[in-house]
Amino acid sequence: MHPTFAVIFLTTLIGVGQGLFLALFTEQSYSAINLLPAQESSFYVTGSVIAMAFLVGGLIAAIGHLGKPIYMITRAWRGVTQWRTSWLSRELIALPLVMGLVFLYGVIHYFGWDANLLGTEEVKGQLTLVLGTIGSFAVFALFIATGMIYASIKFLQEWATPLTVFNYILLGGASGFTLAAAYSAWAAPELVGFYAGWAMIITFAALITRAASLIRNARIKYKSTIQTAIGVRHTKVQQKAMGMMGGSFNTREYFHGATAAFFKSVKWIFLVLVFPVPLLLLWAGMDGSKALLVLAFVTQYVGLLFERWFFFAQANHPQNLYYQTV
Amino acid sequence: MTQLALVIDLNVCVGCHACVTSCKQWNTSGQAGPLFDDNPFTKDPTGTFFNRVQTYEIGEFPKTETLHFPKSCLHCEDAPCVPVCPTGASHKRSEDGIVLVDYDKCIGCKYCSWACPYGMREFDEQQKVMKKCTLCVDRIYDETLDERDRKPACVLACPTSARLFGDVHDPDSDASVAIRERGGYQLMPEWGTKPANHYLPRRKTELNIHEDELVRVDNPLKKEDIRHETSKDVSLDDWLM
Repeated sequence: MHPTFAVIFLTTLIGVGQGLFLALFTEQSYSAINLLPAQESSFYVTGSVIAMAFLVGGLIAAIGHLGKPIYMITRAWRGVTQWRTSWLSRELIALPLVMGLVFLYGVIHYFGWDANLLGTEEVKGQLTLVLGTIGSFAVFALFIATGMIYASIKFLQEWATPLTVFNYILLGGASGFTLAAAYSAWAAPELVGFYAGWAMIITFAALITRAASLIRNARIKYKSTIQTAIGVRHTKVQQKAMGMMGGSFNTREYFHGATAAFFKSVKWIFLVLVFPVPLLLLWAGMDGSKALLVLAFVTQYVGLLFERWFFFAQANHPQNLYYQTV
Repeated sequence: MTQLALVIDLNVCVGCHACVTSCKQWNTSGQAGPLFDDNPFTKDPTGTFFNRVQTYEIGEFPKTETLHFPKSCLHCEDAPCVPVCPTGASHKRSEDGIVLVDYDKCIGCKYCSWACPYGMREFDEQQKVMKKCTLCVDRIYDETLDERDRKPACVLACPTSARLFGDVHDPDSDASVAIRERGGYQLMPEWGTKPANHYLPRRKTELNIHEDELVRVDNPLKKEDIRHETSKDVSLDDWLM
């Protein structure tokens, strides 16, 4: 498939925003049962603002994937109507939902509103705890919807695996927790160890699932062949003409257009930038080094851009069987 | 239930592209607006078409065969492009099974084109919406046309009648009979999309006549051997007479 930068930025940016929100809420729920020191509301407010910035950035990137930007206003609202069948529609519902809940979470922290929802006076911030729980479910729903958009297309065999969904969850979570580690170096230095530790664990888990999907994809046996595509039983079939000479949507949309060497190098670039380098930087930054933690996040995010490019480029669409003289 | 479809006879398609040009002409002039063309008369011409004719070479020289392969939306009975559409722009009509895109609802996200294993949809770079074969839905129901003209443009244009149009759910339609009796098949059956369009295979008409069918062993002329001189020997006939 042709990697679209709108989708590359959309999925990576909202992944960071979702992961950061999960990181913030994890801290709050841990502190509610006294496993971590409680934080000032400003910690959650600033964190929510940063998470919102990434989510809004993703939404803006998504506009680039529409036919015309104006469709965002005139037509995109229809996108919520087909939630019964379309994972893209479900994502279009989950994304504003997550944004709304993150916004509310930040607002309620900012004003310090609270209510006795759990029937005990001892736990502080019950309103945000309940809202955060709902938000976390929404975040996972969004991760699953994003992953399923790709995993549900059964004939894009590189994508049609549960590993795709796990990769979206874990890579988004890893980048969000890495950002949380960098953020806490400023806002709450005592949390750096907690966030950096979890960022390393999630990054390592993502390495396992992403490597598993790479190994799986390396040995895919394609179901469709040129023989089934045109229905001719002969071992040797060669395309002579595609029906056009100057190219068409079919020759542009479904091919990455890069050289084999570039394609292969992107794989190694992302494997280095997303996993070992941030792991080392996070480990080295456990003492609270701001520069190392920021570098860990930036490296991982840039690596994720390569990862997402490769994710698209690697998918081999069966329609390419009809366009073999590209 | 009706399922309109095309049945394309690869045995008689000569690859003339008349269906391509007539399709483009009809569908670029309709009320849905023109089909985009870029650089039509200069280098690297490109544009949106609903129908293409491709050419394949089967076998190895000198034992080769050329196959011309018209390729347009198959109007799948279980169309994978329809459920993925977030806006409901991509839909399958219940009354006649035609898969259509509502150009006023499409947001141009191209997700449906990813979900079509055949690559039958083409994005209009000017209107910025997804387009595809409509089976000339604006023509086949047009009662101002002669009844014989109420067929898709490609079907009417085909000089060798390689394209049949009809209801593949009606067992007595020309299309269904052709599929049944002439080995009609579907493309990429492995994905369970159940394409409504069918293709009829290339066939070779061979006469299987053996030597002994040309020269009868029990030829009565030879039996009596009247072309030879009569034997001088006494035969059974002489004896009886």
